[in-house]
Amino acid sequence: MRDIDTTELEISLLLEAVYQKYGYDFRQYSEAHIKRRIMNSRAMSGLENISQMQSKVLNDEAFASKLLQDLSITVTEMFRDPAFYRSIRENVIPVLKTYPFIKIWHAGCSTGQEAYSMAIIMQEEGLYDRTTIYATDFNQLALSHAKEGIFSNSMMKEYTTNYQLSGGKESFSGYYTSSYDNVIMNQSLKKNIVWANHNLVTDSVFAEVQLILCRNVLIYFNRNLQNKVQRLFYDSLVNGGILCLGSKESLRFTDLNEDYTEVDKKQRIYKKDY
Amino acid sequence: MHYEAIVIGVSSGGMKAMKIMFSLLPKNFSTPIIIVQHISAHSDTQWIKLLNDESNLSIKEADEKEKIEKGNVYIAPPNYHLLIEKDKTFSLTIDERVNYARPSIDVLFESAAEAYKNKLIGIILTGSNNDGTKGMKRIQECGGLTIAQDPATAESRYMPASVIAAMQVDYVLPLNDIIALLIEITQPQAHK
Ligand SMILES: C[S@@+](CC[C@H](N)C(=O)[O-])C[C@H]1O[C@@H](n2cnc3c(N)ncnc32)[C@H](O)[C@@H]1O
Repeated sequence: MRDIDTTELEISLLLEAVYQKYGYDFRQYSEAHIKRRIMNSRAMSGLENISQMQSKVLNDEAFASKLLQDLSITVTEMFRDPAFYRSIRENVIPVLKTYPFIKIWHAGCSTGQEAYSMAIIMQEEGLYDRTTIYATDFNQLALSHAKEGIFSNSMMKEYTTNYQLSGGKESFSGYYTSSYDNVIMNQSLKKNIVWANHNLVTDSVFAEVQLILCRNVLIYFNRNLQNKVQRLFYDSLVNGGILCLGSKESLRFTDLNEDYTEVDKKQRIYKKDY
Repeated sequence: MHYEAIVIGVSSGGMKAMKIMFSLLPKNFSTPIIIVQHISAHSDTQWIKLLNDESNLSIKEADEKEKIEKGNVYIAPPNYHLLIEKDKTFSLTIDERVNYARPSIDVLFESAAEAYKNKLIGIILTGSNNDGTKGMKRIQECGGLTIAQDPATAESRYMPASVIAAMQVDYVLPLNDIIALLIEITQPQAHK
């Protein structure tokens, strides 16, 4: 008998089953993370082991979509990392201003908070009318939520603080209408956002853009997959275009480190070389 | 026994405990130490610099995909969970909070237990919640060594007490004795 950890083998077979049957490819995600999520799902499902999950995934579509949700982490905020958005206003907006039409891609936009934050900045800078924001994710449920633009009122206090810390000078409550426990984002913010399903692992370039934001998505990928997706971003950016990563992500360990110049090292903002 | 890594979970009262710990650990202490300290999501890294200045060891924030090296102390960044991969590199995630905490001690400990098996030492110090209890159990199941600070000597007794109530911890000791034990079991040659 070979010295193979049974659980790990079961996990890799489960991921293979998900990929072959449903086309979602988690095989190069961070192993420790995937293991943690799968163990949690298994515990919740009441199934005895991961092999049973595999059988259920193949035969029960509802179970499969539940598992896909468990494997996709949609935690997000408006103006998350306010200092990052301050840097966007200071260092990126002047670059964007030079283009007659501005295209922005939020890759892994989750429930949309990041895209709405960007729309607010573009509106305040007087650029929104000539801007298109492509906001993509592979999680259809998150995308539908994003498109509705309805968020819990209880989050607004935190979002407002973030907005103010990011250098926002307007009244944040002007950007949405409250009704009971929820708020709905203004139509004027939604109008130039295009929501689309796109899988960073299996889909290819779909537009040429001047700014890409992909924050807190690549941390879930192994190094090999990070490199592959970085290549996709490189190919999607115009020369001189800007790439923004999450506060703990960097280009340092990727093959494309030499092809960008740092705009703001701390905030992980990079410019594609000409 | 040759231990390859030490994981430490610490919460309220942790600053003081870590200061003491790092003043006692010698410069040649080579087993890597990985720490989750519960801390506000918006705190900066100034305190790590201060700790590093006063310590014999090199203390830094853990970077995504960074390889764990001997002689280093790594601290989980605020607002991210820290996990250890089988190839002894770090992963960060922004998954939901666990035990109201991000970073969570359980998340680090459980992944560390799987990565290092019986080559791991897990330590729970002062704190006022029960994050880390599940992680310590996992470390024990995987054959690692478990140590809790003696609650009577901890600034906040609840966190080590929770571990002690849940399992048979290998050692329950005051902080100074924990450090002495670590030096003894990780650097036996120095004591011959
Ligand atoms: C933690 S959220 C980050 C949201 C936002 N960018 C932020 O930083 O607040 C990660 C998002 O990446 C998405 N994601 C993960 N893998 C993906 C893939 N292969 N293709 C597209 N989106 C993916 C998830 O569905 C999730 O919405």
